[in-house]
Amino acid sequence: MPEPAHPSVLRFERVTVSFDAEAALSDVSFEAFEGESRVILGAAGSGKTVLLKTAMGLAQPESGKVFVFDRDISKMRERELFQVRSKIGMLFQESALFDSLTIEENVAYPLLNQASIQCPAADVHPRVQQALEFVELGGTLDKFPSELSGGMRRRAAIARAVVTEPPLLLYDSPTAGLDPITAHTIMALLIKERDVSQTTTLVVTHRYQDGNLIANFRYNSEQGSLEPVRNGTRRNPRTTFMVLKEGRLIFEGSQDQLEASQDTYISKFVKQRV
Amino acid sequence: MLDFLKEPVQAAQEFFLLTGRAVRNIFRSPHYWDDVAIQMDSIGVGSLPVVVLTGFFGGSIMALQMSRALAAYGSVGKTGMIVSLTLVREFGPVLTGIMVAGRNSSGIASELGSMKVTEQIDAMRALGTDPVQKLVTPRLMATSVMLPLLTIISDFVGMFGGYLIAVFLLNLTGRQYWASVWRALEWNDIVQGLLKPLVFAIIISLIGCYYGLRTSGGTQGVGRSTTQAVVAATVLIFVMDFLITKVFVWWAGIQS
Repeated sequence: MPEPAHPSVLRFERVTVSFDAEAALSDVSFEAFEGESRVILGAAGSGKTVLLKTAMGLAQPESGKVFVFDRDISKMRERELFQVRSKIGMLFQESALFDSLTIEENVAYPLLNQASIQCPAADVHPRVQQALEFVELGGTLDKFPSELSGGMRRRAAIARAVVTEPPLLLYDSPTAGLDPITAHTIMALLIKERDVSQTTTLVVTHRYQDGNLIANFRYNSEQGSLEPVRNGTRRNPRTTFMVLKEGRLIFEGSQDQLEASQDTYISKFVKQRV
Repeated sequence: MLDFLKEPVQAAQEFFLLTGRAVRNIFRSPHYWDDVAIQMDSIGVGSLPVVVLTGFFGGSIMALQMSRALAAYGSVGKTGMIVSLTLVREFGPVLTGIMVAGRNSSGIASELGSMKVTEQIDAMRALGTDPVQKLVTPRLMATSVMLPLLTIISDFVGMFGGYLIAVFLLNLTGRQYWASVWRALEWNDIVQGLLKPLVFAIIISLIGCYYGLRTSGGTQGVGRSTTQAVVAATVLIFVMDFLITKVFVWWAGIQS
């Protein structure tokens, strides 16, 4: 059988996740392929964060199956999960940098602690430096997270997520609580990482304009800035939008389909567009 | 009908599971020795001033109080004996345990609780580290080593406090006091005097970690966990003290 053009990276099969008998995700199924970008929209409490945590094995599904790189992780033990997690980078909502460690130690953490990475000691510092320069924070190695602004912390957390060069990246509300300029900088970094490293990207957000940037812009490495995609079609066909409502996946499709939707909940997100 | 029992039973189950994982990790790699050393410094060295002060005044108070009771029988000379027995068997371990519980169960619960609510615990798991191995086991190991040592120091400082009272207020000679202290102690006392702090250390560290790791509800939740950890650790110290004492009293009865 010929190999599919884009292998499956993440697959949810009828996944339900509950906390204290309350369903946070109900019967969610979707499949993300290599190189694809997915934008997951939803109001607060709709299960967006739980979806990302389930994809990483940080939350266990009550029923259904989760496949990461075609391996079923839903019944895996914590130690087996470490191997799978080493291929996933995650940006947490509040950055989740370790307070007691410097920025350098934070970014070096996955290199030193993920058993399957096995980064030689001599390579740690250069890779950390490179990751921090990628997010334009080259001069903050010795600082502690508390000494940085919210936007800088978010960028340092992105550096920590990408330092191991994982093929799958999950971003949990990367622009939440940031001013529009900083939010744009963060989104530009996400797109840069996606286009430079060709990673599969899942972005959870409640801002439609974040999804719009992901779908319609690409990183121009020569100019070092974002530019609109101009490949004949209006949209980047490799971006899929998903909408979650109270734990259920109520929409999955392209940006055109999303904008054409008559659903009041969905159109509320689309109307936010500036 | 038994719904009201569900929560405490579930909590006990989670606590014992955490205990099992923390103990198992002592024998499994990776070991985070740096964290063990940091915790030893924070729990052991950090608690030294408060343990020395409470131990000193505990011993002095014991000597003052007991000398009055002993005077009624004309046995003021046995003050050293009473001080050493009460200190080594009960006062030293319990006083030190409660002081360290107040200082460290709360500290551990608030530190781990803050990490939990800011998703640092999830981040740790996401970045290839078992939080039990990295956070709980080092605290368990550090407390288990340091609390018996702190108790020994507290016992000696307490005996010294008793000595000052005996010599300066009760007009005993130093030789008389120390001889009475030394003669009173048997192996049985030493064993229970060291077993108790070891058990208390397990309670202090694991209760702190347990309440910290199950924190939810933001900063308010951290405060709640901290209070619960101190209360639970203190009560459990007394309960375990009673049980251990009961076993030793029963054992001494068989021996004699």
